[in-house]
Amino acid sequence: METELTLRRTPLYAWHVAAGAKMSPFGGWLMPIQYDGIIAEHLHTRTAVSLFDTCHMGQFVIEADAVACGLDRLVTQRIADAPVGACRYGFFLNEAGGILDDLIVCRLGERRWLLVVNAATARRDAAHLMQGLSDPSCLNDLTGEMGKIDVQGPLSAEAVSGIAGAAVRSLRYYEAAELRILGAPAVVARTGYTGELGYEILMPSSRTLDVWERLLADGRAKPAGLGARDVLRLEMGYPLYGQDIDERHTPLEAGLERFVDFRKEFVGRQALLCQRSAGTRERLACLLSSSRRAPRRGQPVFFNGARIGSVTSGSFSPARGAGIGMGYLARWRKGTVVTVGEGSAPLEAMVVRRPFVEKRAV
Amino acid sequence: MEIPADLKYTKEHEWMRREKTRVVVGITDYAQQSLGDITFVQVPKVGSVFKKGDVCATVESVKAVSDVYAPAGGKVVEVNEQLAGQPELVNRSPYGEGFLFAMESDEKDDEGLMDADAYRQYVESLS
Repeated sequence: METELTLRRTPLYAWHVAAGAKMSPFGGWLMPIQYDGIIAEHLHTRTAVSLFDTCHMGQFVIEADAVACGLDRLVTQRIADAPVGACRYGFFLNEAGGILDDLIVCRLGERRWLLVVNAATARRDAAHLMQGLSDPSCLNDLTGEMGKIDVQGPLSAEAVSGIAGAAVRSLRYYEAAELRILGAPAVVARTGYTGELGYEILMPSSRTLDVWERLLADGRAKPAGLGARDVLRLEMGYPLYGQDIDERHTPLEAGLERFVDFRKEFVGRQALLCQRSAGTRERLACLLSSSRRAPRRGQPVFFNGARIGSVTSGSFSPARGAGIGMGYLARWRKGTVVTVGEGSAPLEAMVVRRPFVEKRAV
Repeated sequence: MEIPADLKYTKEHEWMRREKTRVVVGITDYAQQSLGDITFVQVPKVGSVFKKGDVCATVESVKAVSDVYAPAGGKVVEVNEQLAGQPELVNRSPYGEGFLFAMESDEKDDEGLMDADAYRQYVESLS
């Protein structure tokens, strides 16, 4: 059972509490949901720069040849020929093609790979890696030992180069570099979960509070909680593991086929090839509400009176001034108008293409 | 947290201001703080009739949807039209501009409601 006592706390926990954050359990950790308010934090991220405590996410380093050690076979993305410094998004799948987790693999060296996974799945991922790697001794689980801060927003390059040096500015989207921050070894990756220009910084847990405070000292950066992070990612149409993607769904059903490299062998490939030729019964769709009311997770979705699926994520979108959501639906195309929810006041929504906000300057 | 002395309160965090047979209804400062940014308010129609405890409105925040229960029975005579365009008034002024509606209601129905002191104690017991 998950209680206050068994929940893990990040190195920034005391800082969040002192700042008056609303704390809530997430993925086995006690995390800040909001400080000033979700809408204010959302706006600050889209217009300036926000800091997110993401120390709860799982981190692994594997030191080996990716193909020989079996890592390449465990992930769907193409990594073997990635240049050093490249990050690639993809999945761990089960044999049936169901998504065990989504993750970023970053090539730190010829034989050194950094994997960043979700908090709630980190333990299962570790077991999956132990089982799938030919030599488990090449796996180093750094979850909890390393801290992670996401710096996101149009001013993030200024904020991060202020503590990590100008080299950060030459990073392209989905590139990473190992460098030193405040004298400690760190990895800075130009990645994120908001759609804005942004960076994820990994550093030893013992230095995380220092880095956090130095980033805030600049004055332009403000902390943002998981509440704003959820709205920002949903506006981009990015899936959240455990909500929009899970073991019961494949990357094809989630509309994420571009993160699957069918030219190589990987766990789940046969199942995906079968599904690709047979077709999917339902696919993840983006829903834009006709009002400020939002679709909510678990609500049924109807088309012409027939139930065609249900909502997996939903929220008010400050950028659209309307409710937005995602859900697995059978039979839809862009422009399909559906009814969400039952009872006296169902809401009307239209299937739209992702993202909900215009292309951002990532 | 603001808990005005002249109002009556429910365990579901509605407040009610009575002026003889007319009552004004809203949600408390505690409720708006717990919900966070309010993004949509569904107020009842003028003329609708509720019994005490009926769901009479819904309030949506970024994260969740919450029902509002009628603190007393009666007939709705006025609704806060401003909330359609500015639901954030409930956050900014939960006991003033962010009221939800007014109704004609019999004083007998006030039984069981808390006064400000009792409500403050109740809220403190929750944390």
